[in-house]
Amino acid sequence: MIVGIDVGGTFTDGFALDESSGEVSVGKVPSTRTNEAEGFLHGVRSVAGERSLGDLNAIIHGTTVGTNALLERKGAHTAVLTTAGFADVLEMRRRDRPRTWGLWGDFRPVVERDMRAEVAERTLADGTVIEPVDADEVRRVAHDLLDRGAQSIAICFLHSYLDPSNEQTAARVVRGLWPNAHVSVSSEILPEIREFERTSTTTLNAYLQPIVGDYLEQLEKGLAENGFSGRFLVVQSNGGVMTVERARSMPIRTALSGPAAGVSAASRIAVAAGHPNVLTGDMGGTSFDVAVVVGGRSVQAAQTTIDFGLVVRTPMIEMSTIGAGGGSIAWVDRGGLLQIGPESAGGVPGPVCYGLGNDRPTVTDANVVLGRINAERPIGGRVALDVAAARRAIDEHVGRLLGLSIEDAAEAIITVAETRMSGALRIVSIERGHDPSNFWMVPFGGAGALHTCAFVRDLGLAGALVPRLPGVISALGCVLADMRYDSVRTWQSPLASLDIEAVRESMRASIDESRRAIESSAVVFDGINVEMVLDMSYVGQTHAVAVSLPVDDPEQLDSSVITAAFESAYRAQFGRLLSGVAVRVLAVRTSVIGRRPEFDLTRLVTGTTTLEAARLGRRPVYVGGQWHDAEVWSRLQLPIGATIVGPIVLEQPDATTLIEPGFRVTVDPLGNLEVVREP
Amino acid sequence: MSLNPVLLAVINGRLEQIANEMDATLFRSAFNPIIAEAHDASHGIYHAHTGATLVQGSNGLPVFVGSMAGAARLAIATMSADSQRRGGRADVDGAVESGAVQDGDVYCFNDPYEGGTHLNDLKMIRPFFRGGRIWCHLASVGHFTDVGGNVPGNYNPAARDIQQEGTLIPPVLIRRAGETDERVVDLVCSISRQPVNAYGDLQAQLNALDLGARRLGELLDEYGDGVVAEALDELTRRAATLMRSSIDKLPDGVYRAVDYLDNDGSSSELVEVALAMTVEGDRLRLDFGGTSGAVCGPINISRSTAVAACYVGLKHVFRDVPANFGCLEPVDIVIPAGSLLAATRPRPVGGYTETILRVMDLIFRCVAEADPTASNGCSYGTINALSLAGQRADGSPWVMFTFYGGGLGGSPVSDGLNHGNAPLSTATIPPVEILEAQYPVRFRRWSLRPDSGGDGKFRGGLGASYDIELLAESAEAFTFGDRAWRPPLGIAGGGAAATNEVSFVVAGDVIEPELGAKVLGVKMSRGDRVRIQSPGGGGYGPPGDRDPVAVERDRRLGYVTRGDS
Repeated sequence: MIVGIDVGGTFTDGFALDESSGEVSVGKVPSTRTNEAEGFLHGVRSVAGERSLGDLNAIIHGTTVGTNALLERKGAHTAVLTTAGFADVLEMRRRDRPRTWGLWGDFRPVVERDMRAEVAERTLADGTVIEPVDADEVRRVAHDLLDRGAQSIAICFLHSYLDPSNEQTAARVVRGLWPNAHVSVSSEILPEIREFERTSTTTLNAYLQPIVGDYLEQLEKGLAENGFSGRFLVVQSNGGVMTVERARSMPIRTALSGPAAGVSAASRIAVAAGHPNVLTGDMGGTSFDVAVVVGGRSVQAAQTTIDFGLVVRTPMIEMSTIGAGGGSIAWVDRGGLLQIGPESAGGVPGPVCYGLGNDRPTVTDANVVLGRINAERPIGGRVALDVAAARRAIDEHVGRLLGLSIEDAAEAIITVAETRMSGALRIVSIERGHDPSNFWMVPFGGAGALHTCAFVRDLGLAGALVPRLPGVISALGCVLADMRYDSVRTWQSPLASLDIEAVRESMRASIDESRRAIESSAVVFDGINVEMVLDMSYVGQTHAVAVSLPVDDPEQLDSSVITAAFESAYRAQFGRLLSGVAVRVLAVRTSVIGRRPEFDLTRLVTGTTTLEAARLGRRPVYVGGQWHDAEVWSRLQLPIGATIVGPIVLEQPDATTLIEPGFRVTVDPLGNLEVVREP
Repeated sequence: MSLNPVLLAVINGRLEQIANEMDATLFRSAFNPIIAEAHDASHGIYHAHTGATLVQGSNGLPVFVGSMAGAARLAIATMSADSQRRGGRADVDGAVESGAVQDGDVYCFNDPYEGGTHLNDLKMIRPFFRGGRIWCHLASVGHFTDVGGNVPGNYNPAARDIQQEGTLIPPVLIRRAGETDERVVDLVCSISRQPVNAYGDLQAQLNALDLGARRLGELLDEYGDGVVAEALDELTRRAATLMRSSIDKLPDGVYRAVDYLDNDGSSSELVEVALAMTVEGDRLRLDFGGTSGAVCGPINISRSTAVAACYVGLKHVFRDVPANFGCLEPVDIVIPAGSLLAATRPRPVGGYTETILRVMDLIFRCVAEADPTASNGCSYGTINALSLAGQRADGSPWVMFTFYGGGLGGSPVSDGLNHGNAPLSTATIPPVEILEAQYPVRFRRWSLRPDSGGDGKFRGGLGASYDIELLAESAEAFTFGDRAWRPPLGIAGGGAAATNEVSFVVAGDVIEPELGAKVLGVKMSRGDRVRIQSPGGGGYGPPGDRDPVAVERDRRLGYVTRGDS
């Protein structure tokens, strides 16, 4: 049996697959913020059922421990060692500011100035080491940092991506005297040009090492004590999994672990359902995270900003996040315009209808007032919701100010929230040149499926696919995820004078290393794929195009392959090639992917009955400015192939789906809901 | 009947996205790093008849928000004049009827007097047609790396007229009825020292305008022209309402401030900028009477640039007011004719950045006089452009052109930001490793500058120290900056920041430039250095009110060392 566990802020979700019988089970238990191992084990047991942990082959974990430590600034007391003259790189950033308008606010780096030390050493931009580092000086400085309480350290020297010898010397000295394994070296973490991005990523890695390391150790210990002896794996931000050893040394690669697992699962489900192009939208309590899948592959980004000045540059699924979740607060600005968020009531105190002390209306309150959410049986096993309080809050904070009835004000809140969410989807789709009419949307998370029809309508999408289990998608993603190791190396050479043999050699080395790591992981794979990418541009441009090479063996690389691949990638992105301008290579990337055996998604289809048996009754639902007497259905009981026309509400323990008038829903062979406009 | 508030919010979001998408298209496909990396560009939608700003992208350069309205007006004036020559009416509709302007036309120019800012900013205006009439104008502006003139990069402190700064292109049609005029493309490329950059950037701007036209057409098809027009009117009205309610919170009165530019690059005389700000109920009057007359050197700005500077200054103070011309509806701006702030041809305007930063500083200080809790200390107040130019071993020219950062002012909520970008801009700085990889230089130091922030309850942010060594045989250095003689000031009792210090080490001798931070053609050899120590920001509130914990932290982190023995 393989178990996927996704630990979120409110719930820990579990998904288990019995590889021999093909049976699956799902679970949802409260997260335990103070004792993570307990909640985690609870989650494992909720899906393992009667089995002992000794019978589990693998546990795969999607975590937000790293993300939360970054957002809440709860990492370790960290030190940074830099080239003389450059200790402030981390604090000076790229000379930006938090907001376009308004000049208030300062920035506190995760490592303050007194814990950032310099040593004399220098490598130039052509790779010449003109000043070797002095081991004695490094030793002295490192001891001093330890004496002043450093728990972890980042070593970041200029141009170390070209020649890491000074950095390696310093790393050897530091590792020789450091009391733990928390030493992060920039040429090991990110051998790429741009000192701020490299220093920031390496420093944040060091900042997380003790936290994520302790956390994983605690989990491993708990698992071992309970008899678990299988493989323990962690999902990376790129959607692939890695070994727990690697996660300990590169915790920064878990920054988007949980959300990435969700995107992987959503894309697998969509592909299996015959939709290789999808937009995914994960709507939880405070945010809406969107990603794009093209041709069955999630679009990857090279870097993200966790918070102002906290830049992480590691391969990751490109995700954009806006502050529009169920808990986002609706308010009217001084100009009389209705606004949603970014302030959120979160899970606690949560929406007004939870009755836990918040009195400002949220998106969830609007859904409750309009009958879209079942106030008697809310998801996640809460007690009944306070509809009257939600109505009062909407009336007071929105309705009266805009001269709208409570229902119209509630619907306005939802419409504005949906416009913001659609806007986020539009930016990742249309703005990247993808035509939405060729895309399906996969909404998931507790709240996403309520807004399905709006996404289809606002973006002109082909349709939407509500997965069978929208509330535990990330845990499912843990089980489905491939193992994936990425590497990158800065290159900087005109194409005309590119040393192709050196590129082949570099790619071979990184591919072999990743392959060895994957093969020694003791996980079952169907096969291993290799992807090779060059970052390229016209000489003079600063933004590179990621050029996927149509070959998977460095031996097959030659200049005609590279040229053809560049031209087709550039044309795809900007329409036409530029004449008479030279082309250059900026970076060499490789990915090695251990493909997990195919998972038969029909396994998820259990509990279906008949259309008649799935009928739960009727309730009034307000849509499009009027009340409808909408039929309510038990979603998981609907038989395969059933087709129903809106307005209807589909309920299941982990999510609610609203089908508006003018839309039609069909249960597909995998038990997903296909939502399309009525012809 | 007023528009339903929900539809209004939806259309507002869609319009902003159109401008944002245009920004993104230009950033991604531009050649020159000043656009691609530093985002010194902007896009927006402008009123068909008045040229007023209707919608602006949120990622572009703030100062363009206001100045592009001037550019749109220049395009309107041009088509109107062309119409008159053809015997048509001298207005937008007349220009359409007479065929002076056609669907698919794109005007291109860099005239800084009517169009705003300086010669490097190439503006493109595309009249957007609906039903055979001009419905609005789409505009794109981006900073080109070079437009001729005496100094690579065009920050020429010695310029005495516009001709010495670069080549002025009046409005010309780069596209006629959808057909690109390759001769105009050649012209724009040929005036540049970096023609390939210019070629790539022109194409990128045209791509952005095409995309904007497509998106706007889709929006109008979806909601109807009338509804969107009504929404635009309503959004403008709301910006004005919000601005009035913000002004109304300030106590009535007349608030005054005076500040100075070091010099104009031609003589050592201080150049005065004065502002009297009158708050009367919900209206604001910004009167620049008392400001110095136009000067010989390139720190003049045109009237449209001055208005844009007021807009940016006010938007930083009243940051939740939406970005359209409704913001300025309750604001009267008085700029004396013949002054520094109303330059006409052929006065040089290349260093406009320094002067608009001074205008913003005055706004921050006048607002602080009215209500300190609404304002912040002055920012470092200079663009500090450094242009280092030479020839490589193979004879090819290189130009390293970069703007350096400094500290922002302390505010009622926190210390100022260390090493931020100037208020007129959202530009980032290239990494040291990229600069060293592209140019024959070695940075010896890239650090925060202790003691550079103004004291205060909330200290000004720190400026930076940059120490750059030349690795090539020889090069010539030009700098354009200010605040070397007059520091950025604090507010509400906060102290002044450190002044800007630009110096050169040539053959072992330290050279302190005669005119502060404005330096023309220093000859450098291998091993020589340029040093820039940029100002911090002004402080907020009396230093005596500073939290002792913060004082201790400043010492511990070495932000403040003054008084150490």
